[in-house]
Amino acid sequence: MTDLSTSETKPETIPMHMTSGSAIIESSELGKGKTVRTPDKENRPVRVKARDVSVFYGPKQALFDVSIDIPAKAVTAFIGPSGCGKSTFLRCLNRMNDTIEGCRVTGQIELDGSDIHDRDLDVVELRARVGMVFQKPNPFPKSIFENVAYGPKIHGLARSKSELEGIVESSLRRASLWEEVKDRLHEPGTGLSGGQQQRLCIARAIAVSPEVILMDEPCSALDPIATAKIEELIDELKQNFTIVIVTHSMQQAARVSQRTAFFHLGNLVEEGPTDTIFTSPKEKRTQDYITGRFG
Amino acid sequence: MADHFAAVLNPPSDGSAERLARIRAGLKSRHAREWRFRAYGIAATAAAIAFVVILFAMIFAKGLPAFWQAKMDLDVFFDPAIVKVEPKPVQQEGQSAADYRKAVLDWERAVTLVNWNRVIEAAVRAKAPGFQIDTRQVLTVVETNERFVLRDMFVENPGLLGQTVPVRMLASANVDNWLKGTIDRSLPDAQQQLRDQARGLADQLYADGTIGMRFAWNIFVNVDSRSAPAAAGLAGAFVGSLYMMLVVILLSVPIGVMAAIYLEEFASKGRITDFIEVNINNLAAVPSIVFGVFGAAVFINWFHLPLSAPIVGGLVLTLMTLPTIIIATRASLRAVPPSLRAAALGLGASRTQMVFHHVLPVTFPGIMTATIIGVAHAIGETAPLLLIGMNAFVASVPATPFDQSAALPVQIYLWQGNENRNFFEARTSAAIIVLLALMLSLNAMAIYLRRRLERRM
Repeated sequence: MTDLSTSETKPETIPMHMTSGSAIIESSELGKGKTVRTPDKENRPVRVKARDVSVFYGPKQALFDVSIDIPAKAVTAFIGPSGCGKSTFLRCLNRMNDTIEGCRVTGQIELDGSDIHDRDLDVVELRARVGMVFQKPNPFPKSIFENVAYGPKIHGLARSKSELEGIVESSLRRASLWEEVKDRLHEPGTGLSGGQQQRLCIARAIAVSPEVILMDEPCSALDPIATAKIEELIDELKQNFTIVIVTHSMQQAARVSQRTAFFHLGNLVEEGPTDTIFTSPKEKRTQDYITGRFG
Repeated sequence: MADHFAAVLNPPSDGSAERLARIRAGLKSRHAREWRFRAYGIAATAAAIAFVVILFAMIFAKGLPAFWQAKMDLDVFFDPAIVKVEPKPVQQEGQSAADYRKAVLDWERAVTLVNWNRVIEAAVRAKAPGFQIDTRQVLTVVETNERFVLRDMFVENPGLLGQTVPVRMLASANVDNWLKGTIDRSLPDAQQQLRDQARGLADQLYADGTIGMRFAWNIFVNVDSRSAPAAAGLAGAFVGSLYMMLVVILLSVPIGVMAAIYLEEFASKGRITDFIEVNINNLAAVPSIVFGVFGAAVFINWFHLPLSAPIVGGLVLTLMTLPTIIIATRASLRAVPPSLRAAALGLGASRTQMVFHHVLPVTFPGIMTATIIGVAHAIGETAPLLLIGMNAFVASVPATPFDQSAALPVQIYLWQGNENRNFFEARTSAAIIVLLALMLSLNAMAIYLRRRLERRM
């Protein structure tokens, strides 16, 4: 902790982000054709590209010039101590920060090459493409079926009742919840256990078929068994979705993610393939955090 | 103090025994304080309940007897010697509708001019043959408007001529007082409302069962009356209050809820919203009579809406209810967990969809409660109604909210001030019971609806 005191008081002097990440990003111009290497040694196209993103809550700056590339069909984990800005950055990606009074976001974020702050891009459309799962399971106080069907309904994704039922079933299956709830689809979603509720929230998010799913500490309110189930689920979902997960647990980041980004005091300190971050971090602060010296 | 902290931070070496002793030493006074506080709470609750019990006991003790009043069962003979009228005209061949109508009206006028009091007098005398009493005194036993009841019976059915039919008639308010003992029986004759002969007749008829205490339906079906206090009822005031309630619900709920939703969910927080919020809170604290002045100035003088009409009363009460509904609705909107909003927005719902699909359904019970509190408050409000002319004596049931009408709380106020104290004291309490019953049934309805809605969710 003591060796960090200077950087805490003067965060702007910290050597900038992506010192290791930039080495992995291929040297081609940042853009659509760019790929990011993940530990499974495949180069994946970049789905979300952020450049110099800063966030202010009123006069207070919470995030300092974060730039990162998030690869498609892989799990990217954001780790860091409480208040480091990882959730704040996550919420930038589907503009949930817009809903917070006095919050201002600067910088550029692109989803598949198009600016999410563009005036032509409707925030409703953005959120249909970038789904979100929250820290605390928050099913609607409606039936399980209604919970999953709500997204497809408001976006007009199902043309008929049977199509809607199909979407609900496949979403619940993909969230590996179907077997547990198929006989009580019309009971309230709030009556499920915590882990089931969180899987219901995941099913609700994937029912809209988003390209990206943001998960804000999805297991922090769950017991270890429910956590294991969710992690298993995340592992399966990455076949089809780009997943960004914020987590307090470094073990979880190591278990589920292909890439890891370490945030500290509003800065992105280091970002790279998960194995690299955990075995040979470039930054001393990353090493200190991972080895449990602070945080 | 410093010593105390020092002792806590550096416990003496002999350690736990002394520490425990200290904790135990304090325990007794801590428990005593707790016990005292509970006792205060119980005392306060008991006092509140006692006041409510006293209030209700007084109202019911006074009001319930008024629901049974003196009525007399008479055998009325439609004596052809008294009811001297032509047979009711029938429409002739070739007679125009207007001519026929005129003939009927002429006939009805002739019926009205019949001295029905003589018919009543004969019927009363028949019940007490040989009782020495003069005509004027006989008629003070029967309520004055009963002659119109007989007239209406005859107009309805002219075939009654020459027949004897049983009719239940209202005894006069003074007889009711005399028989119920609400007037001191030992007062000298000069101070009694009824003369000696009439008192004797009433006692005799009561003893032989001709006069009995029967359920006073007239309270519910009759309108207010000054000339015939025993016949006075609440029908007009009840319907007037009902219309006002309707206006209040139809206007204040949509306006109040929409305003609350806009302020809470859509308006950007800033000086203007703060200013509006402060003023809504201020409005809730404005004395109700001020709303009455406003209503008189704006709705009556400016918009020229009719005086004493439930529509104006409803508008004034709406203004009074709005702040209550807005404040309570905003409070229940604020109580919705932010995670529910985040869930909807995160799924790509628009703000409107978020509000109407998710936030509003869970706040519905709160809005219902707010509405009921507001409406119950409004329906019992009297002061603003006095200023828009609703304290006028109106002896009719309003057909529409634009007709002149009385209102329940104002009726209570008027009856409380009636000069026939002996009779109207009980009737005022009866009116209070009716108003309370209306409010309680409203509340019960709201609770039932809320339960059902909560279960559905």
